[in-house]
Amino acid sequence: MSKSITVRYFALFREHAGIGEEQIDSDALTAGDLFAELQDRHGSSEPLGHCKVAINDEMADWGAALKDGDTVLLFPPVAGG
Amino acid sequence: MQIGAARIDPDALRRELFDHAAGAYVSFEGWIRNRNEGHDVLRLEYEAYDLIAVKEGEKVIAEAREKYALLQAHCVHRTGLLELGECAVWVGVSSAHRDEAFQACRYIIDQVKVRLPVWKKEHYVDGHSGWVNCERCAAYG
Repeated sequence: MSKSITVRYFALFREHAGIGEEQIDSDALTAGDLFAELQDRHGSSEPLGHCKVAINDEMADWGAALKDGDTVLLFPPVAGG
Repeated sequence: MQIGAARIDPDALRRELFDHAAGAYVSFEGWIRNRNEGHDVLRLEYEAYDLIAVKEGEKVIAEAREKYALLQAHCVHRTGLLELGECAVWVGVSSAHRDEAFQACRYIIDQVKVRLPVWKKEHYVDGHSGWVNCERCAAYG
């Protein structure tokens, strides 16, 4: 069943997407599925393993299940310090 | 853990770590360098997702406290545009003896660099710019 998901993009992902946030309808079961779907759409090609994801402001695994109304934060490879 | 655009004042931060039980204090300052991977860097731009960066940073500091016998520990990371020579990140710890302080300081900065949602964009002298670790992902990790 299609879910309504709010996606927030940061740094490089925001530049690729051209927006900081969008609401989408998706059939993606997991955060990883959603990432793949959005990469296709926005022409991004960062390997999943270098990126991180948070769901509703908590760090999550790419295998985490998505539910209707979730806010998914997509973090490109971090570089603090 | 603090994240913000305000200039880092190492002396003021250091004073907050004073403790009569402390025999050692170790700090780390990360500065903006003029060269990275063959490029001449003009300035850096840091972006963070504050809410999770603070939460994750607190977790790192709590882990350091658990692993090492610390008295005080603190970390500050800047966001926004930073010029050459500015301090981008500061870590300070105090403990009874130096071994714990050295190890804990190292642990905190190493973890902060790889776990916090913080990104830096390098602006080069030649006018180009790039997100570190992204476009050059092959060199990452």
